[in-house]
Parts: sequence; structure tokens; C-alpha cells
Amino acid sequence: MLKVEEQTPVVFSSELLAKFDDVKSRYPLGKEKSALLPLLHLVQAEFLWVPTSAMDQVAEYLNIQPIEVYEVATFYTMYFLKPQGKYALDVCRTGPCCLVGAEKILDHLENKLGVKEGEVTADGLFSFRGVECLAACGFGPVLQISPEYTFYENLTIESVDKLIEDLKNK
Amino acid sequence: MSRKLLLEHINVPGINTLEVYRQKGGYRAVEKALKTLTPEEIVEEVKKSGLRGRGGAGFPTGMKWSFLAKPEGVARYLVCNADESEPGTFKDRYLMTYIPHALIEGMIVSSFALGAKVSYIYVRGEMMPQIRILEKAIAEAKAAGLLGKNILGTGYDLELYVQPGGGAYICGEETALLESLEGKRGNPRIKPPFPAIAGLYGCPTVVNNVESIAAVVPIINDGGDEYAKIGIGRSTGTKLISASGNLVKPGVYEIELGLPVEEFIYSDEYCGGIANGKKLKATVAGGSSVPVLPANLTLKLANGEPRLMSYESLSEGGFATGTMMGSGGFIAFDEDQCIVRNTWNFTRFYHHESCGQCSPCREGTGWMEKVLHKIEHGHGSMDDVDLLWDIQRKIEGNTICPLGDAAAWPVASAIRHFRDEFEWHIKEPVKSQQQNYGLANYATPIEKAPVTEEK
Repeated sequence: MLKVEEQTPVVFSSELLAKFDDVKSRYPLGKEKSALLPLLHLVQAEFLWVPTSAMDQVAEYLNIQPIEVYEVATFYTMYFLKPQGKYALDVCRTGPCCLVGAEKILDHLENKLGVKEGEVTADGLFSFRGVECLAACGFGPVLQISPEYTFYENLTIESVDKLIEDLKNK
Repeated sequence: MSRKLLLEHINVPGINTLEVYRQKGGYRAVEKALKTLTPEEIVEEVKKSGLRGRGGAGFPTGMKWSFLAKPEGVARYLVCNADESEPGTFKDRYLMTYIPHALIEGMIVSSFALGAKVSYIYVRGEMMPQIRILEKAIAEAKAAGLLGKNILGTGYDLELYVQPGGGAYICGEETALLESLEGKRGNPRIKPPFPAIAGLYGCPTVVNNVESIAAVVPIINDGGDEYAKIGIGRSTGTKLISASGNLVKPGVYEIELGLPVEEFIYSDEYCGGIANGKKLKATVAGGSSVPVLPANLTLKLANGEPRLMSYESLSEGGFATGTMMGSGGFIAFDEDQCIVRNTWNFTRFYHHESCGQCSPCREGTGWMEKVLHKIEHGHGSMDDVDLLWDIQRKIEGNTICPLGDAAAWPVASAIRHFRDEFEWHIKEPVKSQQQNYGLANYATPIEKAPVTEEK
């Protein structure tokens, strides 16, 4: 559930607001609420999660009630309602990926990173979670890393280790 | 080699660019449709082609188009459903990644046929790389005068936008998708009214799957009659099959409908057999929602005839001995896989993805997940199997959208065909934690029924 914590309100840059304007122009007059999901993605790309103050500002921008933003942000799984690691790893945990070893990858990440699903490593670099089908079943196990959503396929313990090291050294 | 209509040029370097796509004959369908055909004639060609919705329901596309209401002065919309999320299905991602212009071209022709001036491609949010690919392709098409005002000087205007989802399987259901596109939670709407009458913003709307829209291109290029010659019976044309699980060569394959299932699994042209020299135990032929079948019923019908990859043959025998074509997500399980564990996994998926609107689905999927978790982890009792059966029966048909059915069918079919394996987990709580039930008799070949002489 949405837990409102005390936060310093975020500030939207003029570049971000220009992107908002571009998205809003895709819909007919009076139907600008359609921009809500794309705007929340833009917010998350900027701040790596979706703080409540950002949701309130999105509501104001679209001229809708804050609750209309909260109910959407809590319904969809992609919006992070609390801070994540700089690299947030989504590992597919659904049937076809499990047939080819996804559960082992999840267990390995927990050991390797030393945190449980949903927690952030002490250095702030990583968090991970199991997610439902990412539509790449033939190339499993798979994971993606937000905010760019770069995709990694045919994972093995070794390739995951290498990926983590590469990201650490980036 | 079978005919390829959608993936013919998949290996051509640069086919994701407008330039190469056009060199290979791309955008001919736009030229032909906008310059020589009327919208009605295009709808007629699609009807003649026999094309059936490739997203899962298999409803004839041309007929769906012909239901679209056309009141004066009201906008009409075409929305492409690219919210591909059905476990086992990844063909749309593949198509959009490698040949994005096939979808753009199909969108232009289809929008013209339906009289839409603004169209949207709703892509699941997780596919951000594909969203970037599509946006680049749209920009290329627009720069070449194939989108925007007065396309190719024909006077037809079309704006095409890509809309990201937010991560929710339910948005693949067309009315949930429209809710989401309006900036709301993805709660399916009660039908009627159908989107053809009141869809996006209350306006007449057609929602079609990526592959269906891409298939309109060869239909317009070659004619609906030519398309209908491919395939078998009412399963016309080619179909993209996403093959996953324990196969030598998982991936996306374009098949002519009517291909024997056995050939698809074992021939080198397709999946190349079961990985690591193991035996096939079971398959889910059309995405996680369709009934799971043991190996023997996958390869043969109950009467011993070969089963084919077609809408009719896959569903032959109803749910007693058959399954469904669905979205073409073909998942293969080898002899080491546990049906109970997989059923629990799929049920967790449906519980996670239930939108929560209807009690039977919201509560029932959670109950099923708990009971299956219990059995899988060695704490089940014999009553639990009957309890599961009871719950799934009370979900099926009692919800606003088909997610309830989709959650019920995998459980029902697993119990129907693999009850022994469930009971073994209960009778052997310790052993079942250390080893698998194995192949049992699930691959025992079905003998051809003896021919009874007519009197």
C-alpha cells in the first residue's frame, strides 16, 4: 500500500516538463489523462523511483486528483514507490524461465549481492526482484535493468557474475 | 522450407531500417491500399483471407473490423495490442525488435481501412527497447511521407503513437488495455458495449494484436484469396510460434498452419527435439492459459491421428483430450520437470496479475496458489486435489474478463491429466522433495483406433 513518508519534494526540470508537453500532445483535447503512465515513466527515469511529491506534481500538471495518480502508480508493477539501487534488476520468475533455471539465478543474486529481494545493497548500487513473464521465454533465463531496461538473455551463474562486476566497475 | 510471409527477410542486415525494408518490397501494401483500394475493399480482402486474431482468441479479424460503428463526426481508433505478456509468448517482441516497419506498415493500411486518423500502439512498459525501436521507425516513416498529413499525396492523414504500459498482464485484455491507455488502472470493462461501439474515449475502436496487423501487409500485397490458400481448413495463413522450455532450439518460428506438432518439435527446421537427449513429458501449446497436455496427447489426437498446429486440431477433443492454439506460445517440458511445481508457478502468476475486480478471480487464484504451494512442498492432503478442482470450477466463467478462465484452465488440465503426480506428492511428502515423479506413462504412444467396418 502507499505509505507516505516524509520526503523532500522533488523539482521537475524544464527539460523534463518539455518531455511532458510532448507526450501530452499525443492525445485529443480533454483526454490528457492518457499521458499519465508515460509521465510516470519519465519521472522514474529521472529520479529512479516515483516519490509522492512527484505524483502530486504530475496530478497538478494533468489537472487531475492526486488519488488518480496514486491508484495508477500502485496498480502497475513497474513504478517503484521507494528508492531502488542505481541498477534495479528484474529477473523473470515465470514458468518457462524456471524450466531453464531462473530460480537458481534468483538464489544466486541473493547470495552474491547479500540482500534479499526488494532491498538495496549498502553501496546503493543494486537491488533485485523476481518479476512475472518478460516475454522472452525462448531466451531464458532473462533479466532487465532499469531505468534503461537493457535486456540480458540466456543467463548463467557466470554471466550474472560478470554482469554484476561490469556494473560495479562502470 | 515452408512459406514465410512475416519473417521472410528477418536475416537481412539492416531490415530494421526503412531503407532496407523498402528495398525488400516494404510499404508496397501502403501504396497499393491508399492509391488503388477503398477502405471497404481492404476489409473485404482481410475477410477473404480468413485471418484470425493472433493474440489468442482467434476471432476472425475481418469480421471484427466489419463490426466497427461509423457514426458521422465521431473519431474512430485503431489500437495495436503489443502488451505481450502471456507466459510462453514472445513473438511480438521479436517482430517489433527485428522488423518494426512490418508493424508500422500494417498499422497504416489497417488505420486507412478503418478510417482512423490517430492510432496507438500500446506496448508493455517493460519493452522500453522495443518502444525506442518503434519510435525511431515511426520517425523514419514520417520523414518519408508515409505517416502524418497527406500520406503519399493521397489526402489521407494519420498520426501514429507508441504508448507504454506500466507492467500489468491484464492490460493484454482489450478493454483493460483501453482503460490503461486512458490513464487508469487496467480493470477490464463489462461488455457490451464492445469496443467496436464504445472503445477508446467512448469512440468506436478496433484492438488488434501485433501479428494480426503485420499479417495485413501480405494479405494486401498478394490478395486475401492467396493468403487463404496457405494453411488448413479455417486455419489460414502462417503463424508465429514462440517455442520455449526444454527444446534444442527454442525461438520464434513462422509455420504454415497445419504443420504436424511432431514435426514442429522434432525436425531440425524447427525446434530440433528435446534438449539434452531427454524425453518430452508434456506441453503447453498456446501460452500458459491453455490446457497442459501430456506428450502422447500433444503428438496425437485421442483417436491416434497426428495432431496438427492449427486452431481446429489443437482443440480437437475439447478440454478432455485437447488444448488450444491461443497465442502460439509453445512450452515443452522434459521428463525431469514437475507438473505440480509448474502449475503452482503459473497460478502464482495469475494471482499476481489478477486485477482484483471480481471476487472469484481475486480470491480464487490466491487460494489455488496456497493449496498448490502446500502440495508442492510436501504438506498436502488428498482433499486438496478435490479442493483445487472445486475452486477452479467456481472461477471459470464467473468473471468479467477471461483472466479467471485463464487461471482455471491450467489447474483443471493439470489435475485432469496428471492427477497421479499430484497424489504422489501427497503420498510421498519426503521423496517428492528430493526427486521428481518422472515421465510415468505420459509419453506412451496412443494407438490408432481400430477401423470399424461399416455394415
